[in-house]
Formats: sequence, C-alpha cells, structure tokens
Amino acid sequence: MDTQSAAVKELSNGLSCHQDIISIRDVSFAYEQKQVITDLNFSVKERDFVGLIGSNGAGKTTLLKMIVGLLKPERGSISLFNQPSASFKQWERIGYVPQKNAFNPLFPTTVREVVMSGLYGRKHLLRRLSKADKLKAEDAMHAMRIEDLAGKRIGQLSGGQQQRAFLARAMINNPSLLILDEPTVGIDAETQENFFHMIKHMHKHHNITFLMVSHDMEMIRSYLGEEPLEENGKLKFYVKHTHELDNCKESDLAHSLRDLRNSIDDLQPVSG
Amino acid sequence: MDILAFDFFKRALAGGVLIGVTAPLLGLFLVLRRLAMIGDTLAHVAIAGVALGFLLGVYPIGMGLVFALIASFAIEKLRRTYKTYAELSIAIIMSGGVAVASMLFTIGVGFNVSITSYLFGSIYTLGNDDLIVISIVTVLVLAAVIIYYKELFLITFDEDAAAVNGLPVRYFNIMISVMTALVISASIKLVGALLVSALLTIPAACSLIIARSFKQSIVIVVLIAELAIIGGLMMAGIWNLAPGATIVLLLIAVLILLMLLKRGLRI
Repeated sequence: MDTQSAAVKELSNGLSCHQDIISIRDVSFAYEQKQVITDLNFSVKERDFVGLIGSNGAGKTTLLKMIVGLLKPERGSISLFNQPSASFKQWERIGYVPQKNAFNPLFPTTVREVVMSGLYGRKHLLRRLSKADKLKAEDAMHAMRIEDLAGKRIGQLSGGQQQRAFLARAMINNPSLLILDEPTVGIDAETQENFFHMIKHMHKHHNITFLMVSHDMEMIRSYLGEEPLEENGKLKFYVKHTHELDNCKESDLAHSLRDLRNSIDDLQPVSG
Repeated sequence: MDILAFDFFKRALAGGVLIGVTAPLLGLFLVLRRLAMIGDTLAHVAIAGVALGFLLGVYPIGMGLVFALIASFAIEKLRRTYKTYAELSIAIIMSGGVAVASMLFTIGVGFNVSITSYLFGSIYTLGNDDLIVISIVTVLVLAAVIIYYKELFLITFDEDAAAVNGLPVRYFNIMISVMTALVISASIKLVGALLVSALLTIPAACSLIIARSFKQSIVIVVLIAELAIIGGLMMAGIWNLAPGATIVLLLIAVLILLMLLKRGLRI
C-alpha cells in the first residue's frame, strides 16, 4: 500500500468515531543481542480486526506480551485506550485467549471454573463472586455453546471446545478488546472454520476490537484482504477497518454479553 | 488406645492435624505449577538452618525458617536467570543446602542425636512452643488461601492470563514462596526433612486422579492427608513404628489404591 492511500485511510478514520484502542509508538525490543522489533509504529482503532502474521521469531508473541504488559518495550511507548500501558488499570476491558497448549490437560478444573476465572482481576481482589458474576459465566458459556460441558474437566474437551472455553473466559467481562494468540493451533480444519465463523460474526455484530496472531494465511486473507496494511521486519499487519462495515453506526451493534449470546443463538454453523 | 492418654501423643496428634491442612493445600498449588520439587529443596536447606540453630543455641525451627525463606528467594532469582531450565535452580539450591548442613554437622559433632530427629521426624518430641509455631503457620496459610482463593487458582492455572487480568503476579509468587518456607519449617519435626515433600506432593497426586474440579481437589488433598496423618500416628503409636515413615507409606498406599480403583472402574 502506498503512503498516499494510507494517509487517506488515516484521515477518514481520524475524523470518525473510531478512537485508538492500541497505539504503538517507535517501539523497539531485543532479547540479549537479538533485535526482534525495531521502531514499530502501529495503531489499532476501535472495532478494527487486526491479523498479525509473521514467521517464528518475527516477534509476534513479543509484541503481544508488550501490549498486555508482560514485557516492557526497550524504547518507545504503548498506549491502551489512550492511557500509557505502564499505568493502565482497566484490564477488564481486555479479553485474552492464549494458545491452546498453554495449560496442562491433567489440571483438575471444570470448564465453569476456567470461564469464571476471567473475572478474577484487580477489580475482584478481596471480593466474593456475586450471583450476577455466576450469571455472566452462564451467559458466556451459552454464547460459546459450551453450556452442556460446564461441569466437565477442561482436559476432557476437544481442542475446539477448549478454545471456546477460553473464548468464553475472555468474553465474560464483555471486553472492548479481544486479543487472541494463535487460537487455532492444533485444531482440525473444520473446527477452525467454525471458530473463525464465530469470531467474524462477533466482529460484525458486537462492539469488539480484535487483535489476532495467526498462522492461518487463508483465513486472514479471505477476511482481511490480500495485502498487509503495515510491515515491520518480518511482522505483517492485516487490517479490516469497520467503516467498511458500518460507517460507525453503532445502534445495531451488540453491547452486552446477553446480546452476544442471543446473536450467536441465531448463528448457523458453517457445516451441518 | 491407651496411647491417647499421653500428653506427648496428644500434642503430636494436634500438630499433625494442623499440618495435615496446610501442607497438602500448599502442595496442591506447587504441584500444579510444576514446582513439586521445591518442597524437598527448601526442606534440605531448612536442615542447614536447624543445624546452625543448634550450634548457636537459637530455636532450630526458627533458624530453619530463615534459611528456607532465603532459599525460596534464591530459587526465584535463579529461575529468572535460567528461565526455561528452571529446574536447575532447584538442583543448585538443594545441593547447596545439603553441603551447608553437613558442614555444620561436622563442626558440632555433639548434637548428632538431635539432628536425626529433624531428618526423619520426631513428632513425639513436639513441644508446646512447636505447637504454637505450627498453629500460627496454619492460621496464616489458611487465611491466605481463603482470602486469595480465586487469584491463586488463576495464577496456578494460567499465569499469563492472571497478569493480563491485572493481578500482581509477582506479589503472589512471593507469597507462595514464603508460605512454602513456613509450612516446610513447621512440618519438619513432624515427618522430617527427608520426607516432608511427601506431605506436599502425594495428596496432590491423589487428587489429580480423582478430582473433577479444583474445589473438589482442595477437599480431597486435605482429607487424604488427614487420613494418612491420623491413621499413621495411631498405627505408629500402637505398633511402635516410626511415625514419619508410617505416614508417608500410608500416603503412598492410598495413592496406589486410588490408581488401582480408577483402573478397575474403567474396565
């Protein structure tokens, strides 16, 4: 993409309702001697869907970790919701779905316990879970169609079901930003397709911004276009802005977990 | 059952019941975070502290606690240095602890008799001061686990998610290290430094076989530990066996029984 059309895009966005959700300014990072990210500038706007692609060692996970505050950038700054990430406190606005193999399958815990744990943040320190919290968990599980699995041990679920459990955990706070770290690694093709189908539906109808690291070029290209909007070293950012979808009309967007649950109830699976 | 009439046995039972709550509870978190060996390591270092305590004439368990605390911080530091080879830190600290302990043993040849009681446990010599220490440790650990149950669960299950949720993960890691050092030092007199990790890990191993939820596994580890401790003390008292060893062997028997039962039910 040439700079002029990028500038036009920037302008059309800048005047719209879309505020910056993540803004990355001149960020560099190196492990020991190895430079991973150099002078990266990138903004994720409200309701964007950003696909982050890169080979192993390109710095995808490093970047995600910096965004969520697990790593500090060596140089430059990152803002979340227009606040410097170092002093950011509203973590409940961010949902996070880890890679599938992030936990031990023998871990003795039920799907419901895992989904509930999405609520266990700074805000809930020293507070007991309320009835409303428990309802949120039921809504999140229902939305992700795992309500029948609530009492099962998480390790007994299939890969796709586990990912939906983690998605339910991420959605329980009804976040504005959803960060997914290679959510479909190790999951069969049909399940992957259904998972993306659900994600795309959530993007179209729900007031959520997406940042997804993925290996799945096919899905990224089919939904986000053939060409990356931005490149930095081996990192490629594919972006779908929402003004292509709704011109900032937010009236018909779903805003609550219950809305999402209802809208996904109407969603037909890709196959069958 | 005349044995119950003796004061030393009552004290042993009381101490055992208290440790039977805290040790397996903390052990569950450690095992699930793949830190099962940390108990063993801290116990070996604590022995060095106990030896120094005897040498200086200071309360040995207190000195053991200080050593265990220092070791738990050293392990955290080494874990960060070696990151992916985190188990290295455990090996280094464990051998360091044994080295210091044996050094101190040879300096103070005179207290040889007493030190074996810390290696293999001597629950019948539990004094009132020991009981007070064990009670305080139990209250502290129970309070921490009850107050921070949710947060400890999330940090144990998915540390990255805990951090993204805004939990102060480092603060909780330090809390877990300190609690481990406390529980180890408090249980050394019960089963001995060489066997203390059994109380931490075997109940957790049992719960991995049968528990369906995390809540269940918490109940299961405590029940199994209490069963083994109370049963083991009774058996040891009646048949004149080594109490620490009896408790550990009972724990292993329960584990084997559960494995067999699970297999049997699967067929």
